[in-house]
Amino acid sequence: MAAAVTADQAGMSVALLDEQARPGGQIYRDVTRTGTDSADRMRILGADYAHGSTLTGALIASRVHHITGVVVWSIEEGFRLVYTANGAAAHIGAKRVLIATGALERAMPVPGWTLPGVMTAGAAQILLKGSGILPRRAVLAGSGPLIYLVAAQMVRAGVPPLALVETQTRGDMMQAMRHLPAALKGWRGLAKGLGLLAELRRAGVRRFAGATGLAVEGTDKAEALCFQAGARDHRIACDTVLLHHGVVPNAQAARALGVSHRWTQAQQAFTPVLDKWGGTDLPGLFIAGDGAGIGGAMVAEIAGRLAALKLAEEAGHLTDVARDSQAKPLFRARSRELAIRPFLDAAYPPFSDALAPTDSTIICRCEEITAGEIRQTATLGCLGPNQAKSFTRAGMGPCQGRYCGLSVTAILSEATGQSPDVTGYYRIRPPLKPVTLADLATMAETEATDPEGE
Amino acid sequence: MGPAPRPCPFRNFSMSADSPFVYLCPPARLVTIRFDGAELLLPDGENLAASLLAAGIDSFRHTRKSGAPRAPFCMMGACFDCLVEIDGVSRQACMQTVVEGMDISRPVGATHD
Repeated sequence: MAAAVTADQAGMSVALLDEQARPGGQIYRDVTRTGTDSADRMRILGADYAHGSTLTGALIASRVHHITGVVVWSIEEGFRLVYTANGAAAHIGAKRVLIATGALERAMPVPGWTLPGVMTAGAAQILLKGSGILPRRAVLAGSGPLIYLVAAQMVRAGVPPLALVETQTRGDMMQAMRHLPAALKGWRGLAKGLGLLAELRRAGVRRFAGATGLAVEGTDKAEALCFQAGARDHRIACDTVLLHHGVVPNAQAARALGVSHRWTQAQQAFTPVLDKWGGTDLPGLFIAGDGAGIGGAMVAEIAGRLAALKLAEEAGHLTDVARDSQAKPLFRARSRELAIRPFLDAAYPPFSDALAPTDSTIICRCEEITAGEIRQTATLGCLGPNQAKSFTRAGMGPCQGRYCGLSVTAILSEATGQSPDVTGYYRIRPPLKPVTLADLATMAETEATDPEGE
Repeated sequence: MGPAPRPCPFRNFSMSADSPFVYLCPPARLVTIRFDGAELLLPDGENLAASLLAAGIDSFRHTRKSGAPRAPFCMMGACFDCLVEIDGVSRQACMQTVVEGMDISRPVGATHD
């Protein structure tokens, strides 16, 4: 949204292809929504969420052609973007493209995580933001600031979680302390985190730290979360288990275009190789936001503006002097916002059991492939995810590896002793999302509309 | 087991007594849809997956390989676990809104071809 508006203000002709029906992405999802629960939702979701309305407001006031409810399933170099909207396929041409596909929650494969009633913590937020719905009896499990935020929002809504089962350890926090001085530059973020923890303490929400052996119990749906903590076995009966141990870049579109990615140890994920403006190794193709590497909503907004300034300069709408003078405060703000990341990455690492799941744990939800089956392909000589995919079908389902890709890389990498970079990732090809033949058939009829966007 | 909810007179409003989800406030206009042959009242124009969950629907489909039940996981169009058939077409429920008269069925077996 920030990038589109910045590019528009610079005089570019901009189309924004938005998967959602309303502006806001996932972080500010449905911030423009009005209804009887609006005041309640704003109070519960807090000021950081309300900030989204300044972005949606600027977007609505701009000349940006905002096309909503769009599934982009192919981006061809040059560029041509093919998408489906309202059951009809269409395409749009553009000289330059900015990918802002955000993040996905890092898959957290633990026994029972495919049962109904198990969702991501982000899913719970979406239910609250978009529909004003909360789970009655939920346990939050994993690690990271989002868990505290969701828990605090549930407290404010009057439906606190039954417990927080946290997987980070005291040792992680000790490791993180050396990043604390640098993180103080982003003291506002730290203060917010402490505020959330105080809110949870006041509400009397139970917290377990250093939990291991997490497993969701149930036959047809989640009935309890079992785990070990403090050298004891625990079982918490619940209807909903909300999993979270960080977010990772949603790189499907960038990968399909062949953008180079590199393993980032601190984030335990692949991130695209970019210049300081968000430019990829493909001319005219930029990436901004969490899809470029996890930085959070404020970093995404700043990066979007920076990419737009560079795009506008390349298109001849801004001189490089004007670009640089507008960019200078943005670069500074970005480094301030990023200051807290090394601390957070070290304090709340991914849950190690879920990075190396037990043999019987499903890792590919779509095709129901277990970690053991992937390990077996390694003993058969599979070195990379693409071979493992043809052996097992892992990553071949409708989600196209979005939730198993990093698990497969990690498991193979561990089994072969090769680095994640050498092991690699799935080769992503269009369609990025399944398209029905009926949708495709409509394409010929809509050939005409092709505003030559910039 | 759930703690006592606060204000909003309809705080504990739920479309179904045994739904694991509660609304902050009751949805305004309800319309009739069909889910697996049974009639359901869902809020008009609201997110379909969310509305089905709030109505107490806990299984959206069965997997092709083992027949295991699945329900919404990511709610953002990425995981495809909420795939249902709407008027015969396979769609992600979390990317759809409630429309009066929708006829939804639970896919059993093939989920994508």
